[in-house]
Amino acid sequence: MIRLEGVSFSYGARRVLDHVDLALDKGDRVGLVGQNGSGKTTLCHIVMGLVKPDSGQVRVLGKMRTVEDDFAEIRGPVGFLFQDSDDQLFCPTVLEDVAFGPLNQGKSPDQAKQIVRQTLARLNLGGFEERLTYQLSGGEKRMVALATVLAMEPQVLLLDEPTSGLDEDTTERLVEVLTASDLTYLVVSHDTDFVARTCERVMELQGGKIREAS
Amino acid sequence: MGLEEFALGESIVHRLDPRTKLLTALLFSTVVALNYSIAGSLIAGVFPVVMVGLTGIGWAKILRRMVIVNSFIAMIWMFLPFTVPGETIWSLGPLTVQWEGLVFALLITIKSNVILLTVITLLGTTPVFDLVHALSHMGVPERLIHVFFFCFRYVHVIHDEYLRLLKAMKIRGFRPATNLHTYRSYAYLVGMLLVKSFDRSQKILAAMKCRGFQGKFYILHHYNMRRSDYALAACSVAFAAIVLVIPL
Repeated sequence: MIRLEGVSFSYGARRVLDHVDLALDKGDRVGLVGQNGSGKTTLCHIVMGLVKPDSGQVRVLGKMRTVEDDFAEIRGPVGFLFQDSDDQLFCPTVLEDVAFGPLNQGKSPDQAKQIVRQTLARLNLGGFEERLTYQLSGGEKRMVALATVLAMEPQVLLLDEPTSGLDEDTTERLVEVLTASDLTYLVVSHDTDFVARTCERVMELQGGKIREAS
Repeated sequence: MGLEEFALGESIVHRLDPRTKLLTALLFSTVVALNYSIAGSLIAGVFPVVMVGLTGIGWAKILRRMVIVNSFIAMIWMFLPFTVPGETIWSLGPLTVQWEGLVFALLITIKSNVILLTVITLLGTTPVFDLVHALSHMGVPERLIHVFFFCFRYVHVIHDEYLRLLKAMKIRGFRPATNLHTYRSYAYLVGMLLVKSFDRSQKILAAMKCRGFQGKFYILHHYNMRRSDYALAACSVAFAAIVLVIPL
């Protein structure tokens, strides 16, 4: 579903990705570990088309993606959970925020509200509709951010440091949601315990190269 | 920051259609602003005063808000009575106080407070998101609405960031004083806020794109005009008419 071939990317003189290959097939649950600044987030941004690689090919959902219009098609079918939920939540209420994606997908307001209710219930966030996003706790923000992504019914999920700043209970809920779903996903994290519990295969990004972790 | 402290409530004013409130506030403020008689302005003041009563917000809270704006109006009193030409009623050396200047300052004070009170009672009692929706229902250009909305939404975040940076400065022993070090530190603080805000705006746009944003906001709530809305509209038009007619 996602295939990177020979992707390179540099910040100035520092090469963070050096001819990286990565494949994510249907049903795969892959963890990507690596140190801070090793290019894990950049890799996600390249898949989503937020950052253009210096060279290499990005193939998502069976098609080569190069220009903005190509990537606009995959946003939705490929969901991306940002590292900082404050970047992701921007509407005043949870209802508005979770409905934002479905509305962009052309759902009617009533359908969108229905989807919001179902998604929130699925994440044990029932009754959160009218809560103000900037008054949520860190853990609640992360779960609501996940709801905003899941509401678009993605086939593939990219999660960027999903456990950073979360307490044990919320981390536990995240593990439950992920393992109970039939989603294909890539977890980027340096929380090795979380990766071990949610992923079947672990890759390591080091020195700009990806290799199978032991 | 309690930017929306008046917006939560269940009073009849809170439940009005935001479109009615916006239009009424606009019409009424314009009429008051154009009016040149003290009597007319005072009578106009009855409208927002009654509205304050209907909102159920205590006067203490409202007056506290108004003090801030009136501190700016105090400036007018420092200059107008001395500078507007007219009949001199009091003089001290080269300084002379003119009657016309006093009247003018009084008029501006009354008018500003009436408009301010109208805005507090009508727009202050509406959640910003409802105002945004009302604006877009009324055909205001989307770009303007987006700017207004994001300003409001991120003022909290930027304020938090500001407080965080300020705390970080304080725990390292920063104490503001009148010296170059203080000015430079504050300049860094403001500069850092700008850089961080810009950075954040890029990330938010990226996050919005990832959720299929194509430059258009869709509206989730729709409003219905009720009898109380028509009543408010009628009252405000009647009041506006009286205020217009009085000086004639």
